[in-house]
Amino acid sequence: MARRTPLNEAHRKLGARMVDFVGWDMPVQYSSVIGEHEAVRTAVGLFDVSHMGEVEFSGPGALETVNALISNDLARISDGQAVYAGLLDEKGTFVDDIVVYRFSPESIFICVNSSNREKDFAWMKEHAKGVKPVDRGDDFAQIAVQGPKAAGLVQRLTKTDTSKIGTYRFAEGEVAGVKSVISRTGYTGEDGFELYCAPDDAVKLWDALLTEGQQDGVKPCGLGARDSLRTEMKYALYGNDIDDKHTALEAGLGWIVKLDKATFIGKDALVAQKAAGVKRKLVGFEVTGSGIPRHGYAIHKDGKPVGEVTSGTMGPSVKKAIGIGYVPTELSAEGSTFDVDIRGRAVPAVVVKTPFYKKP
Amino acid sequence: MADTIPGDLKYTKEHEWARVQGKVVVVGVTAHAQEALGDVVYVELPKLGATITEGKQFGVIESTKAVSELYSPVTGTVVKVNDALADNPSTVNTDPYGAGWIVEVELSDPKQVDALMDATAYGNLLKSA
Repeated sequence: MARRTPLNEAHRKLGARMVDFVGWDMPVQYSSVIGEHEAVRTAVGLFDVSHMGEVEFSGPGALETVNALISNDLARISDGQAVYAGLLDEKGTFVDDIVVYRFSPESIFICVNSSNREKDFAWMKEHAKGVKPVDRGDDFAQIAVQGPKAAGLVQRLTKTDTSKIGTYRFAEGEVAGVKSVISRTGYTGEDGFELYCAPDDAVKLWDALLTEGQQDGVKPCGLGARDSLRTEMKYALYGNDIDDKHTALEAGLGWIVKLDKATFIGKDALVAQKAAGVKRKLVGFEVTGSGIPRHGYAIHKDGKPVGEVTSGTMGPSVKKAIGIGYVPTELSAEGSTFDVDIRGRAVPAVVVKTPFYKKP
Repeated sequence: MADTIPGDLKYTKEHEWARVQGKVVVVGVTAHAQEALGDVVYVELPKLGATITEGKQFGVIESTKAVSELYSPVTGTVVKVNDALADNPSTVNTDPYGAGWIVEVELSDPKQVDALMDATAYGNLLKSA
């Protein structure tokens, strides 16, 4: 039996098409993936992301404990700020990619991928030196409000001054009378918030956002639009673009790896890889022939397999067939060309600047 | 959305339809199929003159999320393909029984269409699913 978020019944009432997503019964679309995608780019969309997990580290030494587990550096941010980070293994490859919230040096809160909830918690429990992690995954629902009209919508429902919450910052407040963590983060490339609340309050918050958002053209959005939006931004998806076989440097996520930090799991491997040179890189490309690249398709150069597509779709906003994949470093510069093997056809592709989507 | 199933077409359990015009049939996917697929963004068509076989894959239809195979309802030679789908694949969503047609096939044996489902049988299949 698939797990259900507190909003499961609400999705069904809205006519969502439900699918099994890593053991969760989740909406893949309500009306149309493209329509939902467009709503987020031009107005505002709501996503139920309650299947994401949460882990809390609380007590003296929490910041230091977490800092030794993650690739980014919590000492460089202030209370009320969050960072995107790698939870890496000794090889410098990913256990998961996570967002880490610094409430205070003694209170650190981590959002993890739904597919990795149990694995991450076990990993943190095993490797945390100092403060012990607490699995808070069942204590929170999470609703992402994303799009150019998201800020206005959330502001009308809260007394918190959201203009003071900058990107990757957060505040505690009430939205629609629901106690929430209001986090200016997201996975779409648009401005917006991720709202964490108690599971019992999720329906109240969801309904209030849908009702108040009518004037903004709000749409509930499923996993389909979530994937096309993040692909147009070249945001990595765990299990597709990043995994325990590719390092953070290969994934092009050097910016979340602070090699000057005293210590963290994976640092030695990444220092060595950086010195030796990174041999393959995750790039964004457009196909210039006919077809759509998809996860798992081979990348060929001069007829020989050299890499693999990790994500691909027809980008609803860029209106092109776009892909993400690992290629040898010598094929990673903008303008490099190779072929994608689409059902036996060699379809030409060219490396382009990412994100694929740029705001008009 | 209530699917209206045209009475003048033949159907397969893979949710393709066939419009029989003598020795030639026009082939497409049903309203039910396009709705299940979601936004169609790409259709890979067979080549003109290709032989396609009943029950076998003859093309591919892709939505934003997924790649699905197209199975031929009949055996014969492809005499026309709907090239307009290259620029406007969403026609499959908006007009599955009309402008969203996919290929036209000249039948090797005109009698084979008798084996396909009529609208009533297809309607029953959808109800039982």
